[in-house]
Amino acid sequence: MKLLHKPWLWSWVAAAAAFALTVTLTGGSGASELAYAALSFGAFAAIVGLGQMLVITLGPGNVDLSIPATMTLAGTLALKTMGSDPGTAWLGLGVAILVGLGTGLANFTLIYLLRLPPIIATLAASLVYQSIAIWSNRGLRIKPPEGLADFATGRFFGISNVALVGLALSVVIWVLLERSVWGRWLLASGQNLRAARLAGIPVEAVRAATYLAVTVFAAIAGYLLASFSGGAALNMGTEYLLMSIAVVVIGGTSIAGGSSNVPGVWGASLFMFLVVSMLNSYGAGAGVRLILTGTIIIGIVIAASTRRATR
Amino acid sequence: MHSAAAAAAPIVALTDAAKHFGAVRALDGVSLSISPGECLGLVGHNGAGKSTLVNVVNGGLSPSAGTVAFPASGAGSALGAGVRSVFQELSLCPNLTVAENLRISHAALKGLRWRGQAREEIAQALDQVFPGHGIAADAPVDSLSIAQRQMVEIAIGFAPRGTEARLVILDEPTSSLDAGIAEQLLSHIKRFCAAGGAVIFISHMLGEIFAVATRIIVMKDGRVVADEPAGRFTRQGLVDAMGHVAPDAAAVEAARSFGETVVTTPEGLTARRGEIVGLSGLAGHGQAEALARLYLGATSSWRAPKAAPMVFVAGDRGRDGVLPLWSILRNATVSILPRIARRGLVDRAEESRIAADWKARIGIRTEDVTNPILSLSGGNQQKVLFARALASDAPVVVMDDPMRGVDVGTKQDVYAMIRAEAARGRTFLWYSTETEEVCQCDRVFVFRDGQISAELSGADITEERILSASFEMAEA
Repeated sequence: MKLLHKPWLWSWVAAAAAFALTVTLTGGSGASELAYAALSFGAFAAIVGLGQMLVITLGPGNVDLSIPATMTLAGTLALKTMGSDPGTAWLGLGVAILVGLGTGLANFTLIYLLRLPPIIATLAASLVYQSIAIWSNRGLRIKPPEGLADFATGRFFGISNVALVGLALSVVIWVLLERSVWGRWLLASGQNLRAARLAGIPVEAVRAATYLAVTVFAAIAGYLLASFSGGAALNMGTEYLLMSIAVVVIGGTSIAGGSSNVPGVWGASLFMFLVVSMLNSYGAGAGVRLILTGTIIIGIVIAASTRRATR
Repeated sequence: MHSAAAAAAPIVALTDAAKHFGAVRALDGVSLSISPGECLGLVGHNGAGKSTLVNVVNGGLSPSAGTVAFPASGAGSALGAGVRSVFQELSLCPNLTVAENLRISHAALKGLRWRGQAREEIAQALDQVFPGHGIAADAPVDSLSIAQRQMVEIAIGFAPRGTEARLVILDEPTSSLDAGIAEQLLSHIKRFCAAGGAVIFISHMLGEIFAVATRIIVMKDGRVVADEPAGRFTRQGLVDAMGHVAPDAAAVEAARSFGETVVTTPEGLTARRGEIVGLSGLAGHGQAEALARLYLGATSSWRAPKAAPMVFVAGDRGRDGVLPLWSILRNATVSILPRIARRGLVDRAEESRIAADWKARIGIRTEDVTNPILSLSGGNQQKVLFARALASDAPVVVMDDPMRGVDVGTKQDVYAMIRAEAARGRTFLWYSTETEEVCQCDRVFVFRDGQISAELSGADITEERILSASFEMAEA
């Protein structure tokens, strides 16, 4: 059975189960609201998860821990530049993308020139990014321009706009990985960096582009999240540190590198939102909720990896 | 060999043993017995079933049909019968020391002093097989060269390890050893068999087979097609039995003319357009490093132009060549992606066409090029790496001992292909541990201690000249 061997299957099965269990409790009412909310909130996790997936595909030791700080910095600077003035949405997006390019460039410079392990380089650099965000924010909460806020919280044919942006980005990444030369180079570098270099692949360019892509995705997510929630907050990125890695792993991307999985990231992002709302609706307290979430994640990862091992 | 009755009984006896993987009959009914004192030479093309036969004998695979028995020892398992294997793909743990690696297959080493005992035993085994080896028992395996690792692996195979080795299976043991070390191994095999042990010796180098085997079996398509005392075979007869008619050694061509010099390195290595330049000398004397430096210097980690200036054929497949998660197709085309892409997207029809073309030209044994690369035998994986390099238009091809584990027939095909490409103006730099291959080159540089000790060309390229240049400077 070929479908059973698809590594993304398990995250979607888990998301569907969490959805069904929640809806069962409410007797079927609120199903569409739940699906809408899952898509909206899941989209943020999916966008940062896609970036993290690319980095993890580069192979063992590659991970970007500066995602939360980059989200915060991009959200803060973009809203400050726009200053709630109408018609500045694209300017704000441009600022956010520039912030993403800047932090990505800084991360990769530390990794390449100073030969720091990515885990150290991105974590240390993120302290700087967070400090800049604190310094430029100064406790002010600037509202996004009205049109942008409407877009971020709005919907199109019943699907939230944020989810549509996330889906569009996913399609781009999928085409890149499956069809493009650059995607092939990334997948080859993740399997065996030395062999990839000896096959003529410009591995450092591939690594640089990947570390830039992850922060640009984080910056876009930060910009959308700030617009969605009515302003940037200094802790807005915190939960996405674990989330970005969890959705990649649950989604079936290999931690050993060289294999990516776009649909799995979406399944996992929906699951991560749905499992919390399921536990909420069953009345679990905060402590119980965290323990159960952790246990369920471990269970999914084990289920997914044993499936793959028997392939 | 402990009693008169046991001495006569074979160490291992196979009756109609077969092994099927799905529809593939890797082993198709083989009956075979090996007695003490025998050295069995096992030859056949890549994918003929040699490795499968070995794995059935050593208990790694259980036969789908037929039986495997160990009459001499009466043991129920290969392990109990003293059957040992030394594999073509190195199986040592690189992060452990030489002595610690011995412990992995030697469960009797226990207690506080086990490291001391392991050091003693492995040092003794190494001294016995390779006198003057220069390998410290405390050295971590990842600090050893590939030849030294192979030596350790062989020594572990022959080590007593609490019982006694009765039958040692050597699968391509000399592929990464230079001539001197290989000679030491062959003499050890003769001593071992004279003392009542038995050996199965698999090699693509027919010279070695004739030097050491008392009996030769030829395999083809999972069957034994010939089984005779070694004296009854001639070299040509053996090649014919394998089912591949080797073309007559190409008549010595008229001296060809070459173009301008296209490669120069700090070591003094030069190559002209259309020339096949060989790198020789004892293994691990800087040839591979010189080629890697040359390749990495000529290409960039930042840019991949459509027309690559140079391509690399890896000999150490696992470390330098194979991309293990990918199909044969993707492995074969990875170096030519910029050329077959339109606006950054890979032209997949063109890609399939090129892969199918090379599958046919170089004879990759597979039903479908979309199968995983790891489904191929080692020699066929090597063919894919050749296809990867030759499919590109690069004017210079760098080859780092690329014929390891490749069978005689394919070697002849690849030699012919290299000569044809050279005639069309491509330049080849070819490092090989096999003198026979180096003798195919137009010009040969012999390396000693990381430096060039001799440059030979034309009629000067002989095994004697190469060997003497390999050792000369050591005596000085």
